[in-house]
Amino acid sequence: MREILFVLLSFLIFPGFLFTAVVGLLAGWVDRKVTARIQWRVGPPWYQNFVDFFKLMGKETILPSGAQKISFLLSPLIGLIGITLTSFILWEMNLYPVRSFIGDLIVILCLSIFPSLALIIGGSASGNLFASLGVSRETKLMLAYELPFVIAVFTPIVAIRDIRIGSVLTYQMNNGMMFTHHLSSFIALIVAFFCMQAKLAFVPFDIPEAEQEIMGGPLIEYSGPPLAMFKLTKAMMLFALPVLLITVFGGGMRFDGIQALFSIVKYLIILILIILVKNTNPRLRIDQALRFFWLRMFPLAIVGFIMALIGI
Amino acid sequence: MSLTTFSLKKSIWVYHLSAGSCNNCDIEILDCLTPRFDLERFGICLVGSVHHADVILATGIVNRKCLPRVKRIYEQMPKPKLVVAVGTCACSGGIFARGYNMAGPFDKIIPVSAYIPGCPPKPEAIIDGVVKLIQSLNGKLTRNKTNERIR
Repeated sequence: MREILFVLLSFLIFPGFLFTAVVGLLAGWVDRKVTARIQWRVGPPWYQNFVDFFKLMGKETILPSGAQKISFLLSPLIGLIGITLTSFILWEMNLYPVRSFIGDLIVILCLSIFPSLALIIGGSASGNLFASLGVSRETKLMLAYELPFVIAVFTPIVAIRDIRIGSVLTYQMNNGMMFTHHLSSFIALIVAFFCMQAKLAFVPFDIPEAEQEIMGGPLIEYSGPPLAMFKLTKAMMLFALPVLLITVFGGGMRFDGIQALFSIVKYLIILILIILVKNTNPRLRIDQALRFFWLRMFPLAIVGFIMALIGI
Repeated sequence: MSLTTFSLKKSIWVYHLSAGSCNNCDIEILDCLTPRFDLERFGICLVGSVHHADVILATGIVNRKCLPRVKRIYEQMPKPKLVVAVGTCACSGGIFARGYNMAGPFDKIIPVSAYIPGCPPKPEAIIDGVVKLIQSLNGKLTRNKTNERIR
């Protein structure tokens, strides 16, 4: 009984929902602030994303008349639960590497697809023309980035010949960070970084949500609490996916002594890199994005994978 | 003041509704979001869909072609909702007040909370109007209070 209560509490509060949500919303603020400074503006105050969230929670929910009501309202929950579970498992592995089980990385990769799936389900349930355009683009983009992402994330696993996150972490604890240690992992990190940019749907890969041409894409019919949940899911992804990259390639998040500071710095570096790429690139068309992932990133990921197989 | 009202005051998402304007007011609205004035520091940002918005920034006389669309867009907006009329045309009709095609001004069609006159109004005037609107929200606004006066 106590065991169950403890798991439930840790799922809802510390490494799970609340922690990820708060840090994710703060990371979203860092994104907006750095963007503003790059554009020579002042930028919003630190609580801006929290305020946005609470405001949306207090607004009315509008159900479009042509919508599939159940899937329209349930899909934000699917995305939120998926990303919460991703972050929860990831942090459990980081805090207690012993609890790692065989194939936990596969579970995380599967769960991290849920937010995109939720967008696809919700957008197609809303019955809007722009939403269906966004959904079709999101599906194509998913087909483009998922394969190189999976191959890239599996490269370190192949390099050390063990499929548990715990053993990747212990290996990095003994030998230093994966991407400085193995050339194959360095290549895989580059691939995974661009795939993460697409997973987060940030410029240059914000094709499904293009604000200026299809007005938010799948989100166009959402208002009030469901929209708040989608925004929260996005903020949580901004925290969970860089942590996934740090766990697999960059030594993991550790909290003993000076390592705690180092972990935060690693996260901030990846976050700032994402924001810089976001702010210095125009949006690609969907065919350009497909070409980028299938013809550039996929061969690169394969090269990294083969290098890991022969042990470079 | 409840958390929702506080949040609403700190995070106003505006939807830009152009109902037959000459584009000058629209350009001035976009000016407010540029680095010189930077309305994002008050949490104000422009959204593409009226379902996400809290405030409609309405410009232009409402001509007969626009009339049903204006009503529909206002009805599609989630409560609590506010409308700001930007520019002389939107406030009173301006030089088009007696035009054959005039169905507005806006306050004849949908409830308007703030008027910003000027042809076009300066960005400072638009910011001033929005600030006054935010101040007038103080605790008065509840979910059901916005009146549904659509003619």
